[in-house]
Amino acid sequence: MSATFVGMPAFPTAAREALGNAQQRRNLRHATHTIRDKRARVVAEVDDWEELRVAGAAIKDHVLTHLDTYLEQLEESLTRAGATVHWASDAAEANRIVVDLVRATGSQEVVKVKSMATQEIELNEALEAAGIDAWETDLAELIVQLGHDRPSHILVPAIHRNRAEIREIFLREMGAVGEPAPAGLTSEPRELAEAARTHLREKFLRAKVAISGANFAVAETGTLVVVESEGNGRMCLTLPETLISVVGIEKVLPTVADLEVMLQLLPRSSTGERMNPYTSMWTGVTPGDGPQDVHVVLLDNGRTSALADDLDRQALRCIRCSACLNVCPVYERVGGHAYGSVYPGPIGAVLNPLIRGTSSAVDKSLPYASSLCGACFDACPVRIQIPDLLVRLRTRVVDEKRGGLPSGEEIAMKGMAWVLGDADRLERAQKGSELGGRLLRRRTSLGRLPGPLSAWTDARDAPTPPEETFRTWWKRERG
Amino acid sequence: MRVALFATCFNDTMWPETPRAVVTILERLGCTVEFPLEQTCCGQMLTNTGYAREAVGLVERFADVFEPYDAVVAPSGSCVGSVRHQHAGVARDCGRPDLALRASAGAGKVHELSEFLVDVLGVTDVGAAFPHRVTYHPTCHSLRMLRVGDKPLQLLRAVRGIDLVELPGAEECCGFGGTFALKNADTSVAMGSDKAAHVRATGAEVLVAGDNSCLAHVGGLLDRQRAGVRVMHLAEVLASTEVDRAQSHEPGATGRGQR
Repeated sequence: MSATFVGMPAFPTAAREALGNAQQRRNLRHATHTIRDKRARVVAEVDDWEELRVAGAAIKDHVLTHLDTYLEQLEESLTRAGATVHWASDAAEANRIVVDLVRATGSQEVVKVKSMATQEIELNEALEAAGIDAWETDLAELIVQLGHDRPSHILVPAIHRNRAEIREIFLREMGAVGEPAPAGLTSEPRELAEAARTHLREKFLRAKVAISGANFAVAETGTLVVVESEGNGRMCLTLPETLISVVGIEKVLPTVADLEVMLQLLPRSSTGERMNPYTSMWTGVTPGDGPQDVHVVLLDNGRTSALADDLDRQALRCIRCSACLNVCPVYERVGGHAYGSVYPGPIGAVLNPLIRGTSSAVDKSLPYASSLCGACFDACPVRIQIPDLLVRLRTRVVDEKRGGLPSGEEIAMKGMAWVLGDADRLERAQKGSELGGRLLRRRTSLGRLPGPLSAWTDARDAPTPPEETFRTWWKRERG
Repeated sequence: MRVALFATCFNDTMWPETPRAVVTILERLGCTVEFPLEQTCCGQMLTNTGYAREAVGLVERFADVFEPYDAVVAPSGSCVGSVRHQHAGVARDCGRPDLALRASAGAGKVHELSEFLVDVLGVTDVGAAFPHRVTYHPTCHSLRMLRVGDKPLQLLRAVRGIDLVELPGAEECCGFGGTFALKNADTSVAMGSDKAAHVRATGAEVLVAGDNSCLAHVGGLLDRQRAGVRVMHLAEVLASTEVDRAQSHEPGATGRGQR
């Protein structure tokens, strides 16, 4: 499996393959239901959860409508605190900045805190091309990296793997890149975690440079915040001499007080915990304590293109909790890889086309990778109307295709609109279905049908039309 | 009370038993039902497939046809969801702010059947009898777009003779999703198979829901499996009475064949 998502096929094609992977489906069903249930329990404990959601959405909306102001304030605060701020308009620029910063230290390796922004820009691949080793230190990211695999979940990138598979990956791969796994390793979680700890400790103690993202960046103080569960992040953020943080521009919050809302919403929504075990905050450089060379790369990479539209903008409220993935019936069955991005699931189906555009096969198909069931909106801690955004993106995909040779779908939809545009036309079309109903009167349902209808009847019987529509009945009885 | 029936194009053409059952229930409860013949479709399938430009004409038609009425009832959570939740947005996105205003103004008087019975008429016992083992699937749009909550269950619990059993994982989507069922047929079938398995596990003879489109999907899977489970719209269960049953060979049947 390739380490990047370039050249992914359309969602239905990738989904078909994923649906055939019985082990992965079992792993995903178990994992998503476990997190889903945990989240439901801890959310139910909070009496004012709905008010918190509204407050979270309002804070984010306020920031997004005044983003220029808050970003300049953030830069000023960071600079005052001794950090160096860099601006990156796209992935290539961000990667170039980070590679240059690492090279300037003379180091050949970096340790990494789990970070969606650096996954998004494929920083590891850029560092590798520059001859720099990047070691992922989050347990799940380590599993993905050692397995030459791709992340399939925002929070739990190795959610598609089970314990037995993780044991095999550790035994096979750890020795090639550092401290090997102990020979008698079993698939007990405790032993697996211990093997990872021993493997990583060597790297933490040696590393001179760390790379992180940030969950939040506070404009008034210049404070960056990372929330995590394992403590590996804390090691990366405190031990090395140089710390480089790649932060999406939508991560900014006006004040420290805003964390009061966000730090209630995020852990309960993501891991289903009341509070995450480690919350690290740092404000530039503290002389004599922790990294003395601190850099922050503020990343756009398509975010401003979603900013212009009043409704699309709400996608940038996302705090990457992954609650929408865990409740999504499509994600639960297909997994994350079919979305062709480090952002899978419902929010990925919205974010990717918004920030990458709708030119590739996979990005065109993502808005349709949903039954619009609405479970994602109910779970979203910042009330992103994901189904509404998906429908609007579908309109965009269709509108961009207009003008050329019409597809079968376009002809069918236009024909349907023409028939339904007039009650007499509908009634004439219904005469055809009534005739069909009379011809098929002894049948209750239909088996396999040819052509485009086979998409329905490959696995489902089709209903037969009635001999009399409601309209005909009404005219006869009441007309 | 004068009520306009919005049959929905799907029910009108494919499942006339359902709007007929709505007429039966509403007239039994003393309403005067009208069926404006100029009605066609809410445009949901066009909107949700990305054809907003084609749907906007249907949004306008809906406003034209139903504006004169104080109450509109439809036996579909999904179509009512589209009228209440999407029509104004489609009009706005198509550069029709005038129509968006009309759509917003009219949205509140359009009701899904169970909402109309429980909230507007204030009735939970509609005088129905249906002595069968039944399980109920709350469709996504009635549950999460309209927030009908347990209103359909309140109505079902009051039906005489019914053996109502809880559906495991009831609130999970069945996988229909309009054109999703065709565009992502494999995923749709995977979701529907799990729903069908839950239905079979209840031992119910009849699966009831408020949307015939979802029922066609799950029912189509159950039929293909020769599972021996019928699907039936909520309205048809609520229309059934002891008298119907005495006159029919098919237990509880108000419709044709399998339904």
